Amino acid sequence: MPRTKSKVVRPSLAKAPTGIQGLDEVTGGGLPKGRVTLVSGSAGCGKSLLAMEFLVHGAVRYGEPGVCMDFEETEQKLAANVASLGFNLRELTNSKKLLVDYVSVERHEIAETGEYNLEGLFIRLGHAVKAIKAKRVVLDSIEALFSGLRDETILRSELRRLFQWLEEHKLTAVVTGEAGEHTLTRHGLEEYIADCVIALDHRVTEQISTRRLRIVKYRGTSHGTDEYPFLIDREGISVVPITSLTLAHKASSDRVSTGIPALDEMMEGKGFFRGSSVLVSGTAGTGKSSLAANFTDAACARGEHCLYFAFEESPSQILRNMRSVGINLEPWVQKGLLHFHAMRPTSIGLEGHLAAIHKMIDKLRPSVVVIDPITNLVSPAGTYDVKSMLMRLVDFLKVEQITSMFTNLTFAGDPQARTAAAVSSLMDTWIVLRDSRPGGRSRRELYVLKSRGMAHSREPRELIVSDRGIELGGVLTDYSSAPSAVCPSTVVASE
Amino acid sequence: MPKYSCGVRVTILVHVAQRLSIDMKKSSAKKRAPAKTSRSDFYQLRLYIAGHTPNSVAAITNLKKICEDKLHGKYRIEVVDLLEKPQLAKGDQIIAIPTLVRRLPPPVRKIIGNLSKTESVIVGLDLQPAR
Repeated sequence: MPRTKSKVVRPSLAKAPTGIQGLDEVTGGGLPKGRVTLVSGSAGCGKSLLAMEFLVHGAVRYGEPGVCMDFEETEQKLAANVASLGFNLRELTNSKKLLVDYVSVERHEIAETGEYNLEGLFIRLGHAVKAIKAKRVVLDSIEALFSGLRDETILRSELRRLFQWLEEHKLTAVVTGEAGEHTLTRHGLEEYIADCVIALDHRVTEQISTRRLRIVKYRGTSHGTDEYPFLIDREGISVVPITSLTLAHKASSDRVSTGIPALDEMMEGKGFFRGSSVLVSGTAGTGKSSLAANFTDAACARGEHCLYFAFEESPSQILRNMRSVGINLEPWVQKGLLHFHAMRPTSIGLEGHLAAIHKMIDKLRPSVVVIDPITNLVSPAGTYDVKSMLMRLVDFLKVEQITSMFTNLTFAGDPQARTAAAVSSLMDTWIVLRDSRPGGRSRRELYVLKSRGMAHSREPRELIVSDRGIELGGVLTDYSSAPSAVCPSTVVASE
Repeated sequence: MPKYSCGVRVTILVHVAQRLSIDMKKSSAKKRAPAKTSRSDFYQLRLYIAGHTPNSVAAITNLKKICEDKLHGKYRIEVVDLLEKPQLAKGDQIIAIPTLVRRLPPPVRKIIGNLSKTESVIVGLDLQPAR
């Protein structure tokens, strides 16, 4: 996006938007216009898809017709790929928005008998570009030429000439290349591309795959050098930008109800700050989800949109369970105010979840988000990953002024407490729930451990969950009788 | 006569082509009837060039010489200039220039380069030794 804040006129680079969610943000508006961009990556990492999306979106949304020279797939296969993104290749071709030229390079049918050049390729490309007045070009994957033609000296000088030709004709081009062992591409295409290089990666750790995108180089543009997680789904690629690395989000002084009057009372009688992040941690069966449901219910009652990510139970199970404690969320679902998004935590990697969450939030623009629980979400990953992912998520939510609630299951003396410790610093409010049995009677206890920016109550209360909903009892005077298992700070210290 | 942008060199080339009995695309008159041979050992060759570069001229000359030596009277050469007919590049999957395509006898074979390596041309086109 162009920066409008500063009035200093900078010779900014013209950009060609890719239309890929997140990628245009990460690159400050898209790929360099009239230049060649290299997209490298191993097989199956999504580079062809990225290139194709760039072309299709260019043609459909930005009025820039595109030519695809495909060295790997025939028009039919390509049409199927494009169709999977929800576009009709034939329609685009017929309306002269897109032109596909399948270039077959097979070594066994070509004998070399002296000097030659690749003028044939230039002529074909030039002819195609002229035919539809193309502004964008994809060469996927031009490295196929290396397997077809033996004379690498000729090939390399011709490639250089080809990239020059593309720039002379002011075409915005994407060239794909297979990742090499120690180089970005197997045949060192990066040597020829001066302006923009994007590397895609596909890693599998503990049987869960994660896709990442990195901008290796982008001349004339400040860009993040981080690896950005991305997701491939039915709508194509979406990249998760890391927002607000500067911690510049606005802090709202608006308040939103927790959904439990007595809990609001503990927080200056007003509840959470809008756009703040809330962690609810507790041992099993202490009522974390019930608390989340109350919060959700209150948000929907205010007419706000709420997005509920369920990683443990199916939506219908949540609805049923919540009915048993006197909260009926069903009408909100029917009204379209409450959306459930249920997923198994292990179904995709952590980054994948992050990407999916981003995407859902972008689509539904909720003002309240519940993630129930983060425990399962983070279980397959290491603590560091969890923290960095949650940091991104929390930052993103804050920038969007979305009030968020995360539930977290803890076990006394379990390493999970470490997760809580790692995560808690990101949270504005931390509510601790626990079970205790003073005098043989089982009871639930609630305690606001911290809540930034407000004079909250520090006294533990009894949490009463019944079919009439959640209520808080009076201040517990015998709470201090068993503090060691309760106070999370001691759990952290005991590590 | 085809329209060419640059005069002198082209005229020379056309002259060469005529002398070599090459059937330039578009030129109407100069089609020489092939000698009477059985269909299977008749060679139909198509040479793709792009303008009149040294490699194109060399390829035409080399090809003619090889054909005369090896296939006397049993061949026909068609030269396609892709600068004039760029749409023809796709059909034969042309990337490199010059490219020679053996259209007959089947199977279709393709060789690239200026045809200066005679042995490679003979192997590439799978030419029968002259009888």
